[in-house]
Amino acid sequence: MAAELHVELVAADRSVWSGEATLVVARTTSGDIGVMPGHQPLLGVLESGPVTIRTSDGGTVVAAVHGGFISFADDKLSLLAEIAELSDEIDVQRAERALERAKSEADASAERRADVRLRAVAAR
Amino acid sequence: MGAQLRVYKRRIRSVTATKKITKAMEMIAASRVVKAQRKVAASTPYATELTRAVTAVGTGSNTKHPLTTEAETPTRTAVLLLTSDRGLAGAFNSNAIKAAEQLTARLEAEGKEVDTYIVGRRGLSHYNFRERKVVESWSGFTDEPTYADAKKVAAPLIEAIEKETAEGGVDELHIVYTEFVSMMTQTAIDGRLLPLSLEEVAEEKPAKGEILPLYDFEPSAEDVLDALLPRYVESRIYNALLQSAASKHAATRRAMKSATDNAGDLINSLSRLANAARQAEITQEISEIVGGTAALADATAGSDK
Repeated sequence: MAAELHVELVAADRSVWSGEATLVVARTTSGDIGVMPGHQPLLGVLESGPVTIRTSDGGTVVAAVHGGFISFADDKLSLLAEIAELSDEIDVQRAERALERAKSEADASAERRADVRLRAVAAR
Repeated sequence: MGAQLRVYKRRIRSVTATKKITKAMEMIAASRVVKAQRKVAASTPYATELTRAVTAVGTGSNTKHPLTTEAETPTRTAVLLLTSDRGLAGAFNSNAIKAAEQLTARLEAEGKEVDTYIVGRRGLSHYNFRERKVVESWSGFTDEPTYADAKKVAAPLIEAIEKETAEGGVDELHIVYTEFVSMMTQTAIDGRLLPLSLEEVAEEKPAKGEILPLYDFEPSAEDVLDALLPRYVESRIYNALLQSAASKHAATRRAMKSATDNAGDLINSLSRLANAARQAEITQEISEIVGGTAALADATAGSDK
């Protein structure tokens, strides 16, 4: 069996996803980072962006994460986000509407949030 | 029906209606306590992970940050008081306000100026009535606070502490809230939130003999700490809001339970009185009849003579 790492994806008000994975890709402020089992202990600041988790049974979990942290030690990885949504929880039409509204109101951060959501759905 | 009896009947009816209302409120509060407790539990993983991360930075680097450095002579402090929007919760709000006033008095005795921030209409109206200055206040979400509400509350506080004291900033941040100990016990407590002492955070962690690994910081320890500390403060405020909400519902439940019990007692004693009044009325009627017949009998006996 390949080495695994335990992932906890938690939002401020709930635990979003947890399980075993072989690879986690997340976007930090200094670029995308991929974490595999045995990675050096890491603590980083996340940007708004999709997080891809390759689970140990071969599946893929994609989540849209808005701000937060990634911390990894002893093959345990925690993703802390203020807001985190799994791609299959995201309502595409609502996200599209939010994107249009954000564009018309020139609200850059809302536009980015909606964009991240849509990208997470597309990566599914 | 006699007048006395009618008065008792009317009072029994009105107390019964009140009892129904308080009973309903008790049950609503009971279900809300459970919900609020669940929310406290749901927010725990985030708080634990965040504490872990803060501890890791605190022990793994010698970084200094405005939120962790103590001012040499603190001259101004902020006090955040968490109350509820609605009353009918026994001594819940007055206990929290009392704790805040004691804290304020203590800080003022130490020669610090106190800025008050308030969550909840009850606390705000208490301060407004006494014409005390409140820097900022929030209301409308105390029953079911969300993380966005906690962010809203935390933002001006973090801003105030990052500002220089001479420009109207504060050196310390204290928080007064009601801790949810159990269904029966809720205590108003105060604590210093900022400046954060990293040693204290490290001590808070259960000592499982766990050695924290040497982290690689991305992009750098300073930047991580910069991003972490405000989130940590938000998460602490969020936790305090949730505990305060749970405590408020528990206090409401208890207050409404005793109101229901009191109403029951009142109905009992009122029905006793009503029974006595009815009995007295009957007795009086009987004696009137008996007296009437006797008088009639006397009169006929006299005319027979």
